[in-house]
Amino acid sequence: MSEKVAFAVLTLAAISVVVPILLVLGYIVVRGISAISWDFITAMPRSGMREGGVLPAVVGTVVLTFGTAIAALPLGVGAAIYLAEYAPDNWLTRAIRLAIINLAGIPSVVYGLFGLGLFVLAMGMGTSIVAGSLTLGLMTLPIIISTAEEAILSVPQSFRVVSVSLGGTRWQTIRYQVLPQALPGILTGVILGLERAVGETAPILFTVAAFYLPRLPTSIFDQTMALPYHLYVISTQVPGMPVNVQFGTALVLLALVLSMNIVATVVRSRFRRRRQW
Amino acid sequence: MSRTNGIKIEIQKLTFSYSDSREPVLKNVNLQIHANEITVLFGPGMGGKSTLLRLLNRLSDLVEGNRMEGRILLDGQDIYAPGLDVIELRRRVGMVFAVPIPLPDTVWGNVAYGPKLMGIRKKSQLDEIVEKSLRAAAFWEESEDRLNEPAAALSGGQKQRLCLARTLALKPEVILLDNPTSGLDPLSTAKVEDTLQRMKRDYTIVLVPHSVQQAARAADRAAFLLNGELVEVGSADQIFTRPRNQRTEAYITGRFG
Repeated sequence: MSEKVAFAVLTLAAISVVVPILLVLGYIVVRGISAISWDFITAMPRSGMREGGVLPAVVGTVVLTFGTAIAALPLGVGAAIYLAEYAPDNWLTRAIRLAIINLAGIPSVVYGLFGLGLFVLAMGMGTSIVAGSLTLGLMTLPIIISTAEEAILSVPQSFRVVSVSLGGTRWQTIRYQVLPQALPGILTGVILGLERAVGETAPILFTVAAFYLPRLPTSIFDQTMALPYHLYVISTQVPGMPVNVQFGTALVLLALVLSMNIVATVVRSRFRRRRQW
Repeated sequence: MSRTNGIKIEIQKLTFSYSDSREPVLKNVNLQIHANEITVLFGPGMGGKSTLLRLLNRLSDLVEGNRMEGRILLDGQDIYAPGLDVIELRRRVGMVFAVPIPLPDTVWGNVAYGPKLMGIRKKSQLDEIVEKSLRAAAFWEESEDRLNEPAAALSGGQKQRLCLARTLALKPEVILLDNPTSGLDPLSTAKVEDTLQRMKRDYTIVLVPHSVQQAARAADRAAFLLNGELVEVGSADQIFTRPRNQRTEAYITGRFG
């Protein structure tokens, strides 16, 4: 009897996780789908954003995603390798770990202000794609580091011992055994981190995002529009904005994030199938 | 390449513990390992056999905080001397583990792994090493057509001979085998044992055996380790027929262990 109750309760809990996601998705699709057209995705916004498309915001967000990856990936994965494979257990390592945990807990608007202070003003990058990418990268670092470290640590120790016993140096062992086996986990972490960055508004608010800039960026020192900020702007700052355009924009952003999710899943299962032991 | 009747490895007053606070795993061990012989380290579990094996090619370095006294000489050279090239040492003193752990790669890739790390890039040269090593491990006939299959698909006995071939590919001088037949059926075990007998012409072999019977079958020289203490060492003939020490005799005849 108690078995059945527990089963029912747990099943209910599991299902109730799915419900809100479906509701949110469904609501946005229903309200926004009428705005979606080829033109909406490929055209510049017109007449104060009330007409036309969201192309510059889409491009801006994609560019920022790549910029974030370029900024955060080498640093994050490098730090994870150091922590998992090299770091001795001393005060410095403990300080680094504490810093990473705290970095993860900082509100995103604080990252935005930090980016404004350091990259935009002090380093003279101005409001630009570089400054925005670096700010988002900084914010993504803790996620990348902790998931990558987890993935590296989950590679069985026996493979390291075998590689070392076959005359492998520490780095060769990491390069040829540990990293290939940890790669799916690392990629998952990276994409998860980037997903968060894609949807953030606060960090790009002061560092890169343009209110209304109906042209594509031509250099990394340009400002650009970006989907989350654009969504915020058309939802609160533009009077007389058609509701279906607001939801349509949200739908485009969601689709972008979900497609990254799908890419992550595909990549992971590909690698899983290739590497078996 | 062989030094007949020479002493390959000399262990002098070796005491070892995994940390300062713990009881030593090896206590004042003195042992000479002769070239081109099979030296067997036998005794009940937790006696320090595997630890001793791992000290011989410094795999023990992977565990931090351990404590060692005494010396281990390979061809008269202290392998714990500062500045010694550990990577070179591990190529000269190869290791085969109890549980065969193929790397997640093909049969070919597993054998070529060590030589590749040494910097050999040419496919033809690697092919040659792979074939030679697999032949030496008595595994060529079975694996010839399966070189590009994942090593994980092999059976237990095949995996173990693959791991042996992988070690041989480094062209080592000494081969350490830590209970290499632990998971194998009698037929595969016999194959591995035969291979070892043929290999001793070219290599110095140190074997931690699966059982006293295997120790007696394989050994030229045998050392009995009990609780980290080297109780007795001698020719296999003497140890297994006329042991001098009572504890050795008690263990061989099955009164404990």
